[in-house]
This record gives sequence, structure tokens and C-alpha cells, in this order.
Amino acid sequence: MDKMKEVVLEYIVDEYLDEDEDDEVSFDSPLISSGIVDSFSMVSLKRFLENKYSIKLPDEEATPEAFDTVNSICMLVNRYLG
Amino acid sequence: MAFSNSTRGLFADEIKRIKEDGLFKEKRFICSEQDAEIEVEYPEGAAHKKVLNFCANNYLGLSSHPDVIKAAHEGLDTRGYGMSSVRFICGTQDIHRELQDKVSAFLGMEDTLLFPSCMDANSGVFEAILGQEDVIIADRLIHASLVDGIRLCSAEYDTFKHMNMSHLEKKLKLHQEKRTRLVVTDGVFSMDGDLAPLDEMVKLCDAYDAMILVDDSHASGFIGKTGRGTHEHFNVIDSIDLITTTFGKGLGGASGGCVSGRSELIELCRQKARPYLFSNSLAPPIVKGSIKVIDLVSSTTERRDKLEWNTKYFREKMEEAGLNMRPGETPIVPVMLYNAKLANDMARDMYAEGIYVIGFCFPVVPAGKARIRVQISAAHEKEHLDKCVEAFRKVGEKYGILGLGKNEIIEKYGN
Repeated sequence: MDKMKEVVLEYIVDEYLDEDEDDEVSFDSPLISSGIVDSFSMVSLKRFLENKYSIKLPDEEATPEAFDTVNSICMLVNRYLG
Repeated sequence: MAFSNSTRGLFADEIKRIKEDGLFKEKRFICSEQDAEIEVEYPEGAAHKKVLNFCANNYLGLSSHPDVIKAAHEGLDTRGYGMSSVRFICGTQDIHRELQDKVSAFLGMEDTLLFPSCMDANSGVFEAILGQEDVIIADRLIHASLVDGIRLCSAEYDTFKHMNMSHLEKKLKLHQEKRTRLVVTDGVFSMDGDLAPLDEMVKLCDAYDAMILVDDSHASGFIGKTGRGTHEHFNVIDSIDLITTTFGKGLGGASGGCVSGRSELIELCRQKARPYLFSNSLAPPIVKGSIKVIDLVSSTTERRDKLEWNTKYFREKMEEAGLNMRPGETPIVPVMLYNAKLANDMARDMYAEGIYVIGFCFPVVPAGKARIRVQISAAHEKEHLDKCVEAFRKVGEKYGILGLGKNEIIEKYGN
């Protein structure tokens, strides 16, 4: 789980944060509700998770709430990893 | 009646939540023509107040131009009030063709199709030309109407960081297996006033075999040496595949929009774009007024030159006054305040000083980047600009933000 959190966090920093921004993101930082990830660009994160972990996340599960922190994202992914 | 009290209560609760979140949009009534000086009834029921308007998209000051009004009257007199039809049944007049041809010539594109609005153009264009085997790669800060249009399309989509070319390149590489790639951007971004680097984007599109669509709604008529738009500014007119734009901003300010570009893509929009197929034709007075606007902006650069001068002058004076602005060269001037309450309080005080501006905060702009967006017009005279700067100086002094940078404002007010 901790390894997964690190992988997801690294992806989020690389994909969503600008180099000149001084935002710091941790495992429980709000992503959607803080505006770091918006509902339009969330698709990149969903695609990354599906490819990385060879899973299919149903659209109804990929909600802003489920994607709001690295912790909640990893809980969702783990459910689909079985 | 099925609208029971409990049903009513559900909707009332949602309105209450919007108010509690500080996102409620109040009613404001303009009781004059749209212009640099207007009369406003705000709050609702209050006496009319004369204010200077610094929040309209009336970039070229053509909203109430006498020649445009005269042309609209001619349209009314010679072609009637409305078409009572969609375009493809019996809603296309000779003047619709004339406007399309003139827009194509002005923008330097092969063909053009009119829509009831640019919102409709953006809603319809993607679904008409792309399918599941294609991918759309969009800047993260594109206009909401483009986002809606992309979501209505079956093509896969991806996003890249705002104006970040290395990130765009990464995404173009990632999607090379797709049948076609369409890169989507605003020409001028409405909240930041940024100019998309179309020269660099075109190079990447060439290298990775991608088409490019530019929404130039906040550019058409005044960006570029002769006002053709962002593609003229970056000298890439022949390399842009699709432009969507509006007649509701610089180009007259009434309504209507279009998709302009490669003839095959426009033909597909004519055959398949749902807002084109299922919505009424643009009304004759607006078509004739828009033709006059295109004639005006094609024949002289006087208005875009004045707008350019006004913008430069305003930015210089605001900088001297110590306001913290996002740098740029377009007539969209974001005065950065970072804190939502501060932005709204200052906008309210500006109104009391006779300057009509609006505070913008999350989710319209990213969290922590609240601002007052000032929009300059060719209709503004130097004394209007001076009065606006003086009001910002006075209000800025009241809040103690003059001369402060981003971190100092955030330290003082939070974000």
C-alpha cells in the first residue's frame, strides 16, 4: 500500500503541479476539492491507474470524492485489485 | 400540480447551499446601451447608477456602434425578424452565406459555418468530426464550452498543463497510436489573458501529426497586427486547422458564433453538428450587423490600435499605482488578490467609486487565485482609464495591498 501511495503521489506531482508552484502534496492532501486536480483533467489520473495496475475503474466509482486524496485513491484501487 | 412543498424544498436547499458557499450570482440590470459608460440597477430595485464599465467583452466598442445598428436595421427591414427554421431546412438566406464567406476571408480559413453561439459551435464541432479511434488533447484551462463539447464526443481525451509545451509533447507521444490527434486551446485565455503559444504548438502538431483547434473568442477582431486573431499574432495563419469564435465579444457583441477551418471539417460540421442541425438560424438583423462588423474590422485597424494603446497605458498606470497584475499584453487584465473575500470586497468598493468590475474566485479560477478581472475596450477614453486606475489606487490603499507581491498579499489576507 505504501509503495502504491508513493507511485500515485509521484504521478500527481508530475502530472498536475507546475514546476514554479510551491504547492506541497501529501497522502492526505485534498486534490479535487482544493483545485489541484479538476474534474476535466481527472481523466489522466484514471487512465494512469488503470494502465499501471491493470484494472478497470467504472466511471461511477471514479468520483471526485474517491479521487480526492492519495489515500482514498489507493483504497479504491486496492478494492479492484482484489 | 406535482411541484409539492417537499420538492420545492429540495431546490430551495440547493440555492441556500450555493449562497452559503459564496457562489450565488446576483442580478444586475443595465438600463442603457452597452458602452464604456452605462447605467446600472444594482442591487435589484436600487436607483440607477452611472458607472464606467470595465467588465464587458466589448473589446472594440462596437456593441452600440451607429453603423452596426444601421446595418442590423437593414437586416430587419429587408430579411425580416427571424427564420423560423434551422439552417438546413429553410433557414439559410443569402446573407448567411455572405457572412460565412466574409469570416473565412477575414480569418484566412477555407470555409466557415455559423452557429447560434460559440458555445454551440464548441458543443458541436468535436462530435461531428471525431470518433472513438481519435484523441483530443486539451490545455487544462480551456473554456467551459470546449470542455462540454469534448465530453459530448466519443473520442478519448487527455489534458496538458496550461501552456506547458513539454507536457503537450509528452501527451502527443503518448497518443501516437490513435487515428488522429486534435490539440485544443483557447487563443487568449479568458481569465488570465494569456496568449497560447501557437507558434510552438504548431511545430509540435507538425512533428507529431496532430490537428489544432483554437477558440479565438477573446481575440478575433483585435489580436494580431490586423486583428485576425492569435494565429496572426504568431504568424501561423495557414497552420491552424479549426478556429471557433463568437460575434458576441469584439466582433459586435450581439450573439452568434462559428467554426472556421479546413473545408472537409466544416462540411462534416454542416452534416453532423447537432447544435447546427437542431437549433434556429442566426436572426437576419444579427447577420447583417455582423457583416458590417467584419467590413469595419477588415477596412481599418483604428479600433484595435486604440485598444492596444489603451491596454498598454492602463497596465503601465496600474503598475505605477502598485497593483499586482498578471503580466500580459491582452485587454484582459487580472488584478491578482488571491483571497476570494478580498476580491469580492474590493469589487464592491470599486462599484461604489463608479467602476463596474467583478471579483472572480474558485471554481471559476483555480483555488487561491482570486482576482478582479478588468477588461479594456476601444470605447474607453483616457479619462475613463485614469478614473479606473485612481479608484484602484484608493480602494487598494484602503486594503493595504499597494506595492505588495503575491506572497505578501497572501500573508496579509490568506488564500
